[in-house]
Amino acid sequence: MGKAIRDIYGETLAELGAENSDIVVLDADLSGSTKSKVFGQKFPDRFFNMGIAESDMVSCAAGLASVGKIPFVNTFTVFLTTLGLIATRAQVCYGNLNVKLAGAYCGMSDALDGATHHATEDIAAMRALPNMQVIVPSDPASARWATRYAAAHEGPVYLRLSRSEYPELYPGDTEFSPGKAKIVREGTDCTVFAIGILVHKALEAAELLAAEGISVQVVDLLSVKPIDAGLVAACAAKTGAVVCAEEHQIYGGAGSAVAEVLAHAGVGAPTEFVGIQDVFTETGKYDSLLAAYGLDAEAVAAAAKRAMERK
Amino acid sequence: MELTIQRQNELEALCLRFRKEVLTAIHKAQSGHPGGSLSVCEILTLLYQHRMNIPAPDDPDRDRLVLCKGHAAPMQYRNLIEKGFLPADCMDTLRQLGSPLQGHPAMHTPGVDMPSGPLGIGLAAAQGMAIGLKLNGSAARVYAVLGDGELDEGAVWEAAASAPKFRLDNLCAIVDYNKVQLDGTTDEIMPLRDLEAKWQAFGWHVVRVDGHDLRALNKAFDAAEATKDVPTVIIADTVKGKGVSFMEGQAGWHGKAIDADSYNKAMAELGGAN
Repeated sequence: MGKAIRDIYGETLAELGAENSDIVVLDADLSGSTKSKVFGQKFPDRFFNMGIAESDMVSCAAGLASVGKIPFVNTFTVFLTTLGLIATRAQVCYGNLNVKLAGAYCGMSDALDGATHHATEDIAAMRALPNMQVIVPSDPASARWATRYAAAHEGPVYLRLSRSEYPELYPGDTEFSPGKAKIVREGTDCTVFAIGILVHKALEAAELLAAEGISVQVVDLLSVKPIDAGLVAACAAKTGAVVCAEEHQIYGGAGSAVAEVLAHAGVGAPTEFVGIQDVFTETGKYDSLLAAYGLDAEAVAAAAKRAMERK
Repeated sequence: MELTIQRQNELEALCLRFRKEVLTAIHKAQSGHPGGSLSVCEILTLLYQHRMNIPAPDDPDRDRLVLCKGHAAPMQYRNLIEKGFLPADCMDTLRQLGSPLQGHPAMHTPGVDMPSGPLGIGLAAAQGMAIGLKLNGSAARVYAVLGDGELDEGAVWEAAASAPKFRLDNLCAIVDYNKVQLDGTTDEIMPLRDLEAKWQAFGWHVVRVDGHDLRALNKAFDAAEATKDVPTVIIADTVKGKGVSFMEGQAGWHGKAIDADSYNKAMAELGGAN
């Protein structure tokens, strides 16, 4: 059934390595965890373990890209997007260099390691950078596509990956398009715009609400930047109530991106934000963390009802 | 690489011109970094005008240079103009809106190989270029020009650790060791202690040289090219503000606009405007 997103990424990266000799891979002493090791074992001459030195790693990738290589940079999401941020901004993005940043453990997926290892502000940082694209896979097929797209696209890409297993959502032959969202469930009363694991929670919520006669539409954003503005505005206008759901702080993430689109389009739909509510998280089992911080199906369903009540 | 007396004289004349034109540009812009632009003059001029192989700014096999101390950009720009990669009259537009000459080096400026300005991260990017060029089978060399104040940044030492691991003998770092940073001397602000021993301990081939002596610098670059399996760092003893007596060794001239009186006095010391 489902498969850990990091495993899909690691396998796909190794496939890409066989197809394109310009692909090089860097890791900061976490290749066993990020699964970049799969590539490293097959292509040791194109794999660079930089030690625990994230800034060095991202800058090195910028240099590699500037001479024609396609570097994939790997470490835990939180370290990549904090310690690696100055190089990402000043070299990768300002230079518009062909670097792929793969944040392995998004949100609370490195659950037991606690708040220091949870990545809950990364989208805010990455989507604010000019030239950067931000992609969040939600299942094995989309993770495979996102990894391949990153390699094919000329320019900086941020892949928000997960340590966790996500259920299958899309058939293997599904066609994805850059910058395009997917409606994964049609509905008329409220739209949930979700990313990553929250797409699955939103689908569960839609089932719960269907039993109460409420029709919920679920949109998998997939690309937070660029965002599928046309589809977002149309869905919000159609249902008149909106929930944004993400494993990220409520400030600056996918929900903020949706709100920007709706404000600009003049769609005045009441909107609820499901995410980390401006707090630091805790240690715990992943599912209990998702429930504790209001990121489960029940929380999404409750948010949908609140949004609908405010229509 | 041979440096004849005649060529040395030509380069010295170029250095004098570049000093004057860089000061003129910084004076006109009423913004910029005179001190560190003057200290790095011979290093950049010898590399760009004598040693580096750059048939075109986008040639895949060209030698690369990362000006890690990006605030010395005016001296890099003047060198790129001399190479013919930028219009001759563009120094007048330094730091102005729409200019190809940004306050710090930008990738869209022809001849700039990596954006720079935030200190500490340039050496690691130069390392990436050196790795990539080796993978490409290119014989090109990569130069990373660092400031000494920049060595306060921890990221420099991440790259100092990793470049020898990857045996990057096509990489040469140069420390413009002028002993002065923005707020004071390097000894006052953050002592660098035994720089040669530090780089040696990280696994580098270390050369110490007078950074204003073209002949000595040229020999140091020869020694770097002859060294296999490890990268070389050239610790170049320089004088901040070199060539203008009242700027020499003065932290106050790190990043200060040049007023009219100081400008005229500086130009007179350098032998008058061109």
